[in-house]
Amino acid sequence: MNIMNHLPALIIAIPLLGAFLTPLISKINDRLRNIFVILIAGLTCLLVFLLANQVFTEGIQTYVFGANTKETLNAISSGTPLVRILFEVDGLSAFMAIIGCLLPLVAVIYSWAFMKDHTGLDKYYTLILLMTAGMLGMMLTGDMFNFFVFLEITSISSAALIAFYTDKGKAVAAGFKYIVISSIGALFVLLAVALFYGQYDALNIAVIANSMQYSFLDKVALVLLIAALGMKSGLVPMHMWLPDAYGRATASVTLALIPTTLASLYGVLRVSFTLYGNNLITGNPLKQIGQIEIHLNILLAIFLVSLALITIVVGVLMALKQTDLKRMIAYAAIAEIGYMLLAIGAALSVLKTEVGNMALKGGMFHIMNDALDVGLLFLVAGAIYYATKETSLNKLGGLARNMKYTTVFFLIGLLAVSGIPPMNGFASKLLIYESVYQVNPILSIVAILCSILMLAVFVKVFHSIFLGPKQSSFEKVKEAPKSMLIGMAIIAGIIIFFGLFPQVIVNNIVTPAVDALSNPGTYINAILTGGV
Amino acid sequence: MSGMSRIVKTMSNIIFPFVMIFGLYVIAHGHLTPGGGFQGGAVVASACAMILVAYGSVWTMKKIKEKQLSILESLGAIGFIGLAFLGLVFADKIFFDNFIMGPNGIGIIFNKSAEGLSNINTAGVLPLMNFAVGLKVIAGLFAIVLVMAYATVKVKEVE
Amino acid sequence: MIYNIPYFAVIGLIIIGLYAVLFKRNLIKMVIGITLIESGVNLFLITLGYREGSTAPIYTLSPGGIMSMPVPQALTLTSIVIGVAVLALMLSFIIHIYRHYKTLDVGKIGGDEE
Repeated sequence: MNIMNHLPALIIAIPLLGAFLTPLISKINDRLRNIFVILIAGLTCLLVFLLANQVFTEGIQTYVFGANTKETLNAISSGTPLVRILFEVDGLSAFMAIIGCLLPLVAVIYSWAFMKDHTGLDKYYTLILLMTAGMLGMMLTGDMFNFFVFLEITSISSAALIAFYTDKGKAVAAGFKYIVISSIGALFVLLAVALFYGQYDALNIAVIANSMQYSFLDKVALVLLIAALGMKSGLVPMHMWLPDAYGRATASVTLALIPTTLASLYGVLRVSFTLYGNNLITGNPLKQIGQIEIHLNILLAIFLVSLALITIVVGVLMALKQTDLKRMIAYAAIAEIGYMLLAIGAALSVLKTEVGNMALKGGMFHIMNDALDVGLLFLVAGAIYYATKETSLNKLGGLARNMKYTTVFFLIGLLAVSGIPPMNGFASKLLIYESVYQVNPILSIVAILCSILMLAVFVKVFHSIFLGPKQSSFEKVKEAPKSMLIGMAIIAGIIIFFGLFPQVIVNNIVTPAVDALSNPGTYINAILTGGV
Repeated sequence: MSGMSRIVKTMSNIIFPFVMIFGLYVIAHGHLTPGGGFQGGAVVASACAMILVAYGSVWTMKKIKEKQLSILESLGAIGFIGLAFLGLVFADKIFFDNFIMGPNGIGIIFNKSAEGLSNINTAGVLPLMNFAVGLKVIAGLFAIVLVMAYATVKVKEVE
Repeated sequence: MIYNIPYFAVIGLIIIGLYAVLFKRNLIKMVIGITLIESGVNLFLITLGYREGSTAPIYTLSPGGIMSMPVPQALTLTSIVIGVAVLALMLSFIIHIYRHYKTLDVGKIGGDEE
């Protein structure tokens, strides 16, 4: 049995097996369960790296569940209709899967010391492993109904994790708000999938994309999908759940929640670039104003760019007036999602040109950088809460004498989020500014202004928490425990490495993702004309 | 909550085996008639919920601890994913493969020993997966109802 | 025309469910609204599989003729199971919220008190 042939299936199966074994193992011993969970998360990470290596060197990988892959693909290319569930991994899926497996591993390492005094830990670790399995399944699947099932698995387990502090009422209220909004969004996605099934009698993404005629029901399905998936990824004006959920959950859960938000953003990309890919530029134009034809991509680009601009401005302005540390970082995370969507929306309007390619590279690189930067800031906020039991900015002060390493990590995260060299935020934001300026100068000016505002906000926070005179109530504050420091050091090391060698990362990891987005034809041909 | 009167307790004692047998029938014949793991499990769980309502949650929590239900639920889930992994080892060596259906070693042993047992040998690994899912659904739904009933008792005592 | 009546029921259920979620102040009524939306979507999935004059898609002792499609029935079953899990989670959250805030009004819970 060659493992390399079964990688997409094992990436989902191993976290699921670990999640089902964790309640039994935790009845035996606690330390054994912690080590077991770290092993499972590490094994998943290793498998994802192997799969990413395979995809970047050999092309799209497909895996058919329950039948031989080559025979099934050959049968499809000669006319048999497709009835199996398939996983199809191209450059974009592998790129998002790398983020989606690395951050939960750091969260599990971090929560060894952070959650040591809490009860109910066996359910906590089971839910984190289930959330990882659901998130990776969302990113790797090639079937629309399978995407809906994994979306629901992820949202149920993350809602239960957000409400982990059941003794206070605020966390449970945030979890309730999250599950109501997320459940309605997922039901709209199911409605769109049912519309596709009713018209084309197929559930596979490649088959639907191939036989898509842009009828009225398809327009309704596009609106439902982008609205529901945008609601789950925190775009303004549907962002109401994000500050509550990120701000009141435990810090390690927030770190593992960031890739689930990005997985919904991946859903938006997959729908607009691949599912409707053949209708973006070719096909009949939607309107004709005089001599100018407006195709679908210009309409989508205007909509996404305007949403992104509102997101950036609202996120940064609301972050200015917060007094709770984690809520402020959550609003900064909302603003960063706006940056990602600004670059991608601008790239949609000039698809398949040089400027569009650069914008897509900037946007995709910013997805990975932002997940790491905001994750590091949340981990530092968790360390401060662990040491001082305080999260309000009015009461913290003068902590740099007692917590030296935490200060350095917060400084690294601050520089990275605002886009200062030599951190990775500078490389991706430079690409975004340059390419978006050539599409429309006003967008770039607004983006630069808000980035400067965010630097101002974070410098104020850094000064008020770490510098300043020593407070008498914080005499006995000690440095954070070792496992938390190891978790923060891993992410800080990756940030500095990405900042010093951005060309290596962009050429090897980001460029295949950008190629997969610009050419929807390769995704369709990998299934319909038989695998290689 | 406290239990109900003696008439209700006697009637639910009599009805409980019939409903459970019907639920297990729905689970076991999932590949031939409408039904399967989740449907049959929901029927048996509703019979257990009838017992809970008739006897009161305090009495039921003394007889069945929530830890035992958690172990049963994990066993059901491990059985399901273990059967999926076994497809990697036998026969065609694909994940989630139906490795009992083909003319290979495991299939012949299973099909010969289960012949005449109401067509359980006609669908390969599907009835076994139905059993695993049915066990998990019974334990899971009963645990949900039991814990919710016990939690509302504590709410009244707090006030 | 008579075969289009389930689609009208779907639209009615979804609109009533959305009205209950958006405009009612009681937490339990919001949960009932979500259940109504889910019932509407399930009804839509099942109705897609019907072919005129067909029988149930069961293989043993079937009376012959065309059968309705079995794939939407499997999709609806999965959706019903997911709905049960979400409903159980939401009701558990409501028990915790009531124990802490002593009220079920959605405007009074979850504020940012210090």
